Amino acid sequence: MSTPRVDAVSVDVAVVGGGPAGIAAAALVAETGRRVAVLDASLEPGGQIWRHRRGSPAPAAARRWLRRLERSGATLFRESSVVDVRDTEGGRFAVTAERGVSPLAVNATTLVLATGARERFLPFPGWTLPGVVGVGGAQALLKAGLEVSGRRIVVAGSGPLLLPVAASLAAAGARVLRVCEQASGRAVRAFAVGLWRHPSSLVQAARYRLAFAKTPYAMGEWVTAARGDGRVEEVTVTDGRTERTMACELLAVAYGLVPNTRLARVVGCATAHGAVVVDEHQRTTHPRAYSVGETTGVGGVDLALAEGQVAASHILGRQVDPSLLRRRNALRAMASVMERAFAPRDELRDAVTPDTIVCRCEDVPSGALRAGWTMRQAKLYTRAGMGPCQGRVCGAALEFLHGWPADRVRFPVEPALLSSILAEAADHAAPPRTQGVSR
Amino acid sequence: MNARAQTPALGERVTIIVDGEEHRVPADTTVAVALLGLGVRAFRRSVSGEPRAPLCGMGICYECRVDIDGVADRRACLVPVVEGLLVRTAAGQGA
Repeated sequence: MSTPRVDAVSVDVAVVGGGPAGIAAAALVAETGRRVAVLDASLEPGGQIWRHRRGSPAPAAARRWLRRLERSGATLFRESSVVDVRDTEGGRFAVTAERGVSPLAVNATTLVLATGARERFLPFPGWTLPGVVGVGGAQALLKAGLEVSGRRIVVAGSGPLLLPVAASLAAAGARVLRVCEQASGRAVRAFAVGLWRHPSSLVQAARYRLAFAKTPYAMGEWVTAARGDGRVEEVTVTDGRTERTMACELLAVAYGLVPNTRLARVVGCATAHGAVVVDEHQRTTHPRAYSVGETTGVGGVDLALAEGQVAASHILGRQVDPSLLRRRNALRAMASVMERAFAPRDELRDAVTPDTIVCRCEDVPSGALRAGWTMRQAKLYTRAGMGPCQGRVCGAALEFLHGWPADRVRFPVEPALLSSILAEAADHAAPPRTQGVSR
Repeated sequence: MNARAQTPALGERVTIIVDGEEHRVPADTTVAVALLGLGVRAFRRSVSGEPRAPLCGMGICYECRVDIDGVADRRACLVPVVEGLLVRTAAGQGA
């Protein structure tokens, strides 16, 4: 893998996102000698699933693909957040990123969007307190070296991530008091039955470890409030009949994952049900843009790898291996079973009080929002979704609470340093823009 | 590979300066985790003055933003610690 020194590069294929899907697509294409750039926001490639502590080895499953990417000839740009993508008149994509604090311009014929997913956060009183983190968030912080030994932690929310994250917190010495899954026991068991052909050893291992630590896994239970003075000190959960309050130092809570579709929408790719629409070969509605992995619907690492490989084959003009397509389709079907099983229950809306903050960037309370509005009106009247995160956190919450789908995406997609915006204007010969410069 | 991406040795520590005070922290971590380890609660203050700290841990939520080496509003969860790093938090600004 070459070491990038320049701040502007021209390639055949630009891959946005260095998780499993992006790595698979990039490696397979680069192995044929085509020029490929991978832009990834993190310190190391691998995405959230393959994230590991700096200086320690990557998970075994990840090593093979990371090594393959390294040997493929693809150029990897670490710590590079893409702030904008444009389809220029010359039939090329102009990708603008911030590499640390420096601007980076990548010009490419073909675009692969592998931007992954983020956690779905749903508001409740006290969710803005320090010490309330996501479930994947807790995992990410743990992998970055967070010390949790002896800490009392409640893990809550929804989805198959709860158990393995609780188990890794327990393995790191935390006292995991309770794992609260909002989905009913019946729904979770239906999901487990759907898994019978692909028994998840991860989930089984997690259950053994938690059973050993005597941590209850309560299904049909959800958080109604967190309280504390300047940080979380206690959390209340309910099963709809009985409330239970636990003293804790950390609450890890999130309701599954939602695809990151913003860049795709900037390019003009169609989305449906919150995911980027792709055809049999992972092509979006834009003829030179592909999308792979969680961006096209949350489905896990195996599906992401399969989709990356399918896209690579098609980009290379090869016949896609029919067994690969069958495998991808089976994994996709499983993903939709999972989505149904862990869909957030209606009662989660009842936890929100009028003074519960919904938009954390702008501190907009739920009571300031009106049921009949659109997302656009909410933005105009209250600034909800207008802060630095650009609705990445409150967007999914507002969709759940009010049924408001996402609003049109504006430049910049990420809050950009002024230097990247000016550099973009110069590099891509686009008119300079004055709007949308973040604070 | 640039210098900052070099893999730190196991157990290695670096000195970072948080709100004017020097701290030795593990070298193989992010600014966000280093600050949590030092007991920092208010990474930033919200529009209405609430203390805020990391939520997503992966660069999505912008709750962990602090001033790093003189650049405001950097996401602490995405920045690795390096020797001599200067960090300013809301907690250190009397907020």
